[in-house]
Amino acid sequence: MSVYLLRRLLQAVAVVFAMSLIVFVGVYAIGDPVEILISPDADQLERERAIAALGLDLPLWEQYFVFLARAMQGDLGRSFVFNEPALRLILQRMPATLELAFGATIMALIIGLPLGLYAGLRPHSPLSRAIMAGSILGFSLPTFWVGLMLIMVFAVQLGWLPSTGRGPTRELLGLQWSFLTWEGMRHMLMPAINLSLFKISLVIRLTRAGVRETILQDYVKFARAKGLRPARVVGVHVFKNILIPVVTVVGLELGSTIAFSVVTESVFAWPGMGKLIIDSINVLDRPVIVAYLMIIVLMFITINLVVDLTYSVLDPRVRLEAKGT
Amino acid sequence: MSGAASPTLEVRNLRTHFFTRAGVVKAVDDVSFTVPRGKVLGLVGESGSGKSVTGFSIIGLVDPPGRVVSGEILFQGRDLTRLSEEEMRDLRGNRIAMIFQDPMMTLNPVLRIDTQMIETVLAHARVSREEARQRARDALGMVGIPSPEERLHAYPHQFSGGMRQRVAIAIALLHRPDLIIADEPTTALDVTIQGQILAEVQKLSATTGTALIWITHDLSVVAGLADEIAVMYAGRIVERGPVAEVLDRPLHPYTVGLIGSVPSRNRRGEPLRQIPGMTPSLLNLPPGCAFRARCPRADEACRAEPPMRELLPGREARCFRPHLEAAAETAA
Repeated sequence: MSVYLLRRLLQAVAVVFAMSLIVFVGVYAIGDPVEILISPDADQLERERAIAALGLDLPLWEQYFVFLARAMQGDLGRSFVFNEPALRLILQRMPATLELAFGATIMALIIGLPLGLYAGLRPHSPLSRAIMAGSILGFSLPTFWVGLMLIMVFAVQLGWLPSTGRGPTRELLGLQWSFLTWEGMRHMLMPAINLSLFKISLVIRLTRAGVRETILQDYVKFARAKGLRPARVVGVHVFKNILIPVVTVVGLELGSTIAFSVVTESVFAWPGMGKLIIDSINVLDRPVIVAYLMIIVLMFITINLVVDLTYSVLDPRVRLEAKGT
Repeated sequence: MSGAASPTLEVRNLRTHFFTRAGVVKAVDDVSFTVPRGKVLGLVGESGSGKSVTGFSIIGLVDPPGRVVSGEILFQGRDLTRLSEEEMRDLRGNRIAMIFQDPMMTLNPVLRIDTQMIETVLAHARVSREEARQRARDALGMVGIPSPEERLHAYPHQFSGGMRQRVAIAIALLHRPDLIIADEPTTALDVTIQGQILAEVQKLSATTGTALIWITHDLSVVAGLADEIAVMYAGRIVERGPVAEVLDRPLHPYTVGLIGSVPSRNRRGEPLRQIPGMTPSLLNLPPGCAFRARCPRADEACRAEPPMRELLPGREARCFRPHLEAAAETAA
């Protein structure tokens, strides 16, 4: 088990390294931040001083090694724009994005699993057909449009929910969270619904497919032949088997929600990481982009690891061991 | 509650049909038999002859589009076809148990053996978890699983196929059922394990008075185990009688063909005899005897539906042209 974890850790380091190189070169190739950052009326001397201050006068490979050397010490560089450490900039906005993403994922599970179970167990009932039709809408309606509609109906017309910002926050573990205050929850509700719509549909479809497949297995029939109550057959025998694919997909979905909930954050002016990265890309703020993507890579690796560990809990046939030598 | 003379199970004119888009599949069509207390009935036939569906009909687990259309299933005098789902659930795994064909598939791969056994105990008995666990352990010991206490903690994939089938049998025995339906339980096992399991099941049935329906396509298994045999073909029982007599002097041409196709020491070197043709599709079965097209003795009379009739004392068959001469010869 510890060998397994060590191997995963080494893999993670390698991936982060490769990622930093690709992003570094990639952002360099896109354009010159100098053109955006330095005012056009600046004279030659000022320009050169600014370029030197940002470290952009060195050749690319040297810039990269400077970056790498500092990164080893936990310094991912200072934002060109905010002149603040990129890492701090990102971490400041991370709680907002995290709570939104987790809120959306939890909502997807709470709503998606029961609906998917129902649709799988009674595939021909009108309600199941309605659920499946609804899930197609959830898949295909564009996020920004749904977000705007939510705002129009619940914020503008009905006036029930606030449409922008995080609302008041409360501190927990040194970070500011919205979900700890009632007002904050009210602020979170609409963006979370907006983000979770796609995920709910996904969970419904996965669950339904899993149920349809599992229900035909001999062990389900045997469980019924043992005289178990239907609730136990479905709740234990079927449910535990369908959780495996659901956990996989929901884990990956959670990762991409954290990383790329840009649209929702923009629509609801949610001060999260998504908005930061879009702004940074616009001004070619390389340290922030690189740091952000490295954090995202680390996060995906962590989520994958958690998913793998969850497998071994859910399915006893999966054993986490280093294979081969 | 019923007298000693009344059989554990009496099936009368059972019909189980599947209503598919292509048409009605008469998987079980007018099947009748009885199983007395402590006796073993061997239900024999090819794949698709309706023997498994018969078993599932009795235990009430025929899934849509299938359904028991008519007939009576009298279990200790109660008609199971009239019971509510909850009454049926209470009988399943309790008074009537079932063992399935493939031991690799019958145990839930993600649940521990103790979970799967204890839940069965608790589904029918108001006992503590500890008591339920005790019973589970005893049942495992009874079917010959070494160190049952430790094995309770194992997952199914940690057992071999034979051991898994023993676990499945132990689960079936938890409540000392009055009837066990075994659906080809030894088909997936190798021959030595098969022998052990057969011997144990036979012993259990004899000591506890449990009636047994043993569904199989393997005549040699039935020969050593069953008291009575019922041969199914295309959803109907075509021949029924005491096992030794049926195997020695089969009356129905299908039974003759079935026995002839079993490899035997007495006919070493001869090619195996086959039954020509294929099992007919149960969809749109032509009228008359279903075996007609493959039968060497069929004639014009077989265009009508042969009724089940007693041809010899204690021997019934559904045939207009039975092998009575051979029976008479050996009898003389």
